[in-house]
Amino acid sequence: MATTVTSAELDLRELTAGVVKRATALGATAVEAVVSEGSEFSTVVRLGEVETLKESGSRALGVRVFVGHHTANTSTSDLSPAGVEQLVRGAIELAKITSEDPMAGIPEAEQQGQIAGELGLYYDDVYSLSNEERIERARRAEKAALAVDPRLTNSEGGTFDASIGRKVLANSNGFVGGYRSSYCSISAVPIASDKAGNMQRDYWYSVARTLAKLESPEEVGRIAAERTLRRLGARKVKTQKVPIVFDRQTAGALLGHIFEAVNGDAIYRHASFLAGKLGQKTFGSNLTVIDDGTIAGGFGTRPFDGEGVPTRRTTVIENGELKSYLLNTYTARKLGLATTGNASRGLAGTPGIGNGNFYLQSGEKSQEEIIRGVKQGLLVTEFLGFGVNLVTGDFSRGASGMWIENGELAYPVEEITVAGNLGEMFSNLAEIGSDLIWRGAVACPTLRIEGMTIAGE
Amino acid sequence: MDKRFFFEKYGLSERDLERYLGAALAAGGDYADLYFEYLTSTSLSLDESMVKSASQGISAGCGVRVVTGERTGYAYTDDLAPEKILHAARTAALIASGPAKTPVVSLKDQSRPSLYPVSNAASDAELYKKVELVFRADKAARAYDSRIKEVRASYADELRRILVIGSDGTFAEDVQPLSRMSVFVIARDGEVSAKGNSGGGGRNKFEIFLTEKTPEHFAKEAARQAILQLTAVPCPAGEMEVVLGPGWPGVLLHEAIGHGLEADFNRKKTSAFSGLLGKRVASDKCTVVDNGTLNERRGSLNVDDEGNTTNNTMLIEKGILKGYMADKLSARLMGLPNTGNGRRESYEHIPMPRMTNTYMLAGDDLPEDIIKSVKRGLYAVNFGGGQVDITNGKFVFAASEAYLIEDGKITAPVKDATLIGSGPDVLKLVSMVGNDLQLDEGVGTCGKDGQSVPVGVGIPTLKIDRMTVGGTGSAA
Repeated sequence: MATTVTSAELDLRELTAGVVKRATALGATAVEAVVSEGSEFSTVVRLGEVETLKESGSRALGVRVFVGHHTANTSTSDLSPAGVEQLVRGAIELAKITSEDPMAGIPEAEQQGQIAGELGLYYDDVYSLSNEERIERARRAEKAALAVDPRLTNSEGGTFDASIGRKVLANSNGFVGGYRSSYCSISAVPIASDKAGNMQRDYWYSVARTLAKLESPEEVGRIAAERTLRRLGARKVKTQKVPIVFDRQTAGALLGHIFEAVNGDAIYRHASFLAGKLGQKTFGSNLTVIDDGTIAGGFGTRPFDGEGVPTRRTTVIENGELKSYLLNTYTARKLGLATTGNASRGLAGTPGIGNGNFYLQSGEKSQEEIIRGVKQGLLVTEFLGFGVNLVTGDFSRGASGMWIENGELAYPVEEITVAGNLGEMFSNLAEIGSDLIWRGAVACPTLRIEGMTIAGE
Repeated sequence: MDKRFFFEKYGLSERDLERYLGAALAAGGDYADLYFEYLTSTSLSLDESMVKSASQGISAGCGVRVVTGERTGYAYTDDLAPEKILHAARTAALIASGPAKTPVVSLKDQSRPSLYPVSNAASDAELYKKVELVFRADKAARAYDSRIKEVRASYADELRRILVIGSDGTFAEDVQPLSRMSVFVIARDGEVSAKGNSGGGGRNKFEIFLTEKTPEHFAKEAARQAILQLTAVPCPAGEMEVVLGPGWPGVLLHEAIGHGLEADFNRKKTSAFSGLLGKRVASDKCTVVDNGTLNERRGSLNVDDEGNTTNNTMLIEKGILKGYMADKLSARLMGLPNTGNGRRESYEHIPMPRMTNTYMLAGDDLPEDIIKSVKRGLYAVNFGGGQVDITNGKFVFAASEAYLIEDGKITAPVKDATLIGSGPDVLKLVSMVGNDLQLDEGVGTCGKDGQSVPVGVGIPTLKIDRMTVGGTGSAA
């Protein structure tokens, strides 16, 4: 491991090791302990004045115990010796009421480990600014937005947030590991109104692990303003089927549904339309989707997953063929497969499945070129609501965006829905953009999809 | 009531509280408060007829808020040692810059309503009884139909103790139980799969799961929906008449008008409902309230998270906008009554105006007459979640169980579809209101600015003359 172990981390390692030891002494056959601590700062500046200023830190502990094939977990924010003892005893007591599940357990020792090298997850500069400087960044973002156009008359504010955290995981198969992470972000949410008094709001943001990579407040504010202004005068369109172009934000949301559908929990429970499709050519040949938890500096990067298994690069869909689900130890055992190092672990509960850096491999054309190729169609820039049925793949969400006429953006559109079936939608990718940009742990270039229904007037 | 919990467990004294609030107001400010929270929670989940997971958690902390004008400083600690609370108070105080103020600390508790059981809340029941619930749900769902292939059942409860001390003399303690059962099933018939889910609970005694809200009740309901969806046809797309069934479809109100009537958005004039007090925002058949005072309801509270008693607040009376839902800050700044709607997710969060139980009062129409009046439209009886854009008023909610109405009769079930509308307009299009008001079963959780709080909704059967339905089928 390349990262140095500081005394703060040593304290947490001792804490988790103590929990593992204590639970074992009390009769647990396997134990996993996790502790996380963090500090957060946030400020909102609205119409030039500080609206909120928030700053705090926290620390909490979770334990998962196995007594034979029975398991339970507990969590607490009380880290006193008495609190820790209660946590461990409570978990062992609770395990008595759960069912015997032969598949339940922590990873095998040989599956455990962490990837080497500097992953670029933590930069202490995110916490280096004074409160005045932090407030100033939020103020500048809002000011830049409102300065763009006199129709920008109100605001939900500019924000600056920073957080740092540390997570340590240990288990009774000998794993112990820890890492720190940092985030900072700036956003602006301006409101525009037209002559009739109709208002529109939109936003823009920048998020980074270091201040050095954060976009300037002025840039964030300017884009937020442009996104808001272009929505003024939005109208409904008729119910129809036309080509739909999804910008990076909304395409990323669509790709997020594909992650949910290859999530091992949904697969073994047959709760996904992709269950049983492994090895099949389910989508068009132009679709390749990758999950990579190892990209340096990535928002989905970690040295090990929520169970102490090294993260890795997994090809999920290759040229339309479903190559791999995303799995943790339990779902892998259920499916007779190997874990893909995608366990996610909060403090409480059993591990779920989380993505690393999950992306759709980019194509050739710019967004502009894709739009230019559409005679009549819709550019979707925002979804409203959550109308997705993963069991069937049926998709129906509220949307807003821009109408496309003869390859040009013509006017803003709102109060419509776009509907289709996720399986068919990702089989009908007429175009994939070249504009893959990481703004989070899921990234997707612009997509043009055929055969979806717009419901409007 | 289980009074003095924080005083006994953490050795708090009146002098401590004065010291903390004094530190919070050391640089001035209009108001400061301390919010102590101690939350214990239990959850169980069953999958493949096994109780695979059981969790318990304890979370405790104190949040300190300082308000000066429109500005709020906030800090919290999950360590209730005096020096940590003082540190949080000094951090929150950074928002203000003036001469110190002396808080008025009162430890005089006023009489409070008692809307929910405390000594025998659901969280007190023995674990094995909770385990029995999920096994019973599994059995009942599988017995409903052999096509039910997957069953997940869960039970969760919590007990939240709060203490709010304000520099204006506010002193409030409350013990808030909350519990819930959920059942999720998947039906398969050949190649066709469908899901169904159901659940409910509230701030009730455990016995309610053995009498009214039994595991069998929820299991059968989830299974019924899944079997029905196996034969669902594509939902039509476009504008049509929509009839909403009673109960949970009240999520329409929550999204279409509820959020838009939260005072913070109106104070900032960022809501599509800003400046509409006294104006018509709905047809004269519509009367809508937000009522935090109903017994044992999921959205009910004896006191809100600022220590104020909750109310039955008239929002819309016969179509006219009568009031907003306010917290302390917005009530003071807008000169409005404080309606006791100041809520927060936990001690880590700043309170803001939130809904409690939001519903429309019953009208005169018979539900069967409402259906009969529709030539071609949609009858929607179950929904997933919804969302609203406060500023332009557009809202959606996703129907998970709906049927076509053809010539006044309910016919084929349709697949999931999102309904979209405009908040300031949709209630003006309500032409019939049933006499069958129902509140939901107790499943609602509302998210706003990253904070989740439990809420309730309800409506009688409603007819909306025109809404856009987001299906994939040909227009109705």
